[in-house]
Amino acid sequence: MTQVSMTVNGQPATGEVEGRTLLVSFLRDQIGLTGTHVGCDTSQCGACVVHVDGKAVKSCTMLALEADGAEVSTIEGQANADGTLNVIQQAFQDHHGLQCGFCTPGMVMSAAALLKENPKPTEDEIRHYLEGNICRCTGYHNIVKAIMAASGQDVAVLAAE
Amino acid sequence: MYEFDFVKPTTLADAIAALGAEEAQALGGGQTLIPTLKQRLAAPAVLVSLTGIGEMQGIELGEGQITIGGATPHAAVAAEVAAAYPALAALAGNIGDPAVRNRGTIGGSLANNDPSACYPAAALASGATIVTSNREIAADDYFEGMFTTALEDGELITAVRFPVPEAASYQKFEQPASRFALVGVFVAKYPEGVRVAVTGAAEDGVFRWSEAEVALSADFSPAALEGIDCPAEGMIADLHGTAAYRAHLVKVMTRRAVMAAAG
Repeated sequence: MTQVSMTVNGQPATGEVEGRTLLVSFLRDQIGLTGTHVGCDTSQCGACVVHVDGKAVKSCTMLALEADGAEVSTIEGQANADGTLNVIQQAFQDHHGLQCGFCTPGMVMSAAALLKENPKPTEDEIRHYLEGNICRCTGYHNIVKAIMAASGQDVAVLAAE
Repeated sequence: MYEFDFVKPTTLADAIAALGAEEAQALGGGQTLIPTLKQRLAAPAVLVSLTGIGEMQGIELGEGQITIGGATPHAAVAAEVAAAYPALAALAGNIGDPAVRNRGTIGGSLANNDPSACYPAAALASGATIVTSNREIAADDYFEGMFTTALEDGELITAVRFPVPEAASYQKFEQPASRFALVGVFVAKYPEGVRVAVTGAAEDGVFRWSEAEVALSADFSPAALEGIDCPAEGMIADLHGTAAYRAHLVKVMTRRAVMAAAG
C-alpha cells in the first residue's frame, strides 16, 4: 500500500491505496464521495467523469496514484457555496436534463469542462463534446438544451421534442 | 486487475532504469492499457508512469517541422498545432472523446500501434521521425504489423517529429460504437511527393497505398484516383465490414482527403 494525497473539492484527502486502485474507487470507497458513478467501467460511458487539475478525465481509467498531488473536482463540489445548485445543475433541473439521473454527474462535469473551454458552444459542438457520455434513458435532447441554457443562450431554437 | 507496483519517475533516466525491472511496463495516459489490465490481458509486475516526466511533454513548433513530446496528450496537440499543421490537430481532436484526449498520449498510441488507431496514419503519411530513448526511427521502418513496432524492450518514445506538409487531410470512417477508424486515410502533400497512409483497414496495420501516391504525386486531384482500386487482399474482415467493403472505403476516404486537402 502507498499513501496518496490530493485535494478534492478544495479539501485535502489522503489514503492508503494499491498500485491498481482506480481514482474512482478512491473517491467512492475511501473518501465516501459516491456522486461519481461507475457505469461501464470500460471508459465508454462517462458517468465517472471528474476534473483533475481542471481537465475532464474518466476516473475509472486513471489510477489513484496518478492523481497524487492533483486538484480533483467532483460533482459534490459543483453546488454554490450556499448549497444552491450551480448554473449548470439548475439548467439540468429546469430543462429536464435527467431522467434516471445515473449519467448526470458525468454529464454535468463534462458540461462544466466544455463551457470553460467554449463558453457559447453551438448545438453541434455540445453534441460532439458529449460523445464520451452515454445516457441510457436517451435523454440527450434535454441535456443539450440544458447546456445551451446554462451557457446563457436561447434554447427556443432547439426543437421542443 | 492483477496487483502491480506503481512508480512515477520525474526524469527519463529514472524511467528507463525503472523499466529495467522484471516484468515492468510503461504507462502513458492509460486509455488502452488500463482497460487491458482490467480484462487481465496483461499482468505487469510494475507500471512505470510516464506522465510526470517534463522532458517528454510539450510541443515545439519549428521551421517546417513540429516536435511533439511522447507523453503529450491528444488534447494539447489538437489545441496547439491547429495553425501549424491543421490536419494533425484535427486528427488529434477526433480521437475518442474529450476525457480520453486529456489522458491519452501520442507516444502511447504509437507504441501500442493498434491497427485501427489514428496516429499511426499521421506519422506514416507525414514521414515522421520517431525519437526514442536511444535512437531515431523513420516512420517507414517503425510500423511492423498489428500491435508490433520496431521498439525494443524498455525503449521509450520521447518525441515525434513531423515535417509540415504543403497540404494534408485525415478522413476517418468511424466505427460508430468505438469511434476507432473502420478505415482512416491520411493524405499529405510534400514537395517531394504525396504520401497516403491507411489505418483501420489492413490485417498488418497501417500501410502506405503506393499506387495512389504515384497517381496523386503526378496530379493532386480526385480525378487522379480514377481507375485505381485498393486490393481487398489482406484487409480486415469482421462483423463491422468485409474485406471488400474496407478496400472500397480506402478509395472513398482517400478521395475525400484529397478533396479536403486541395480545397
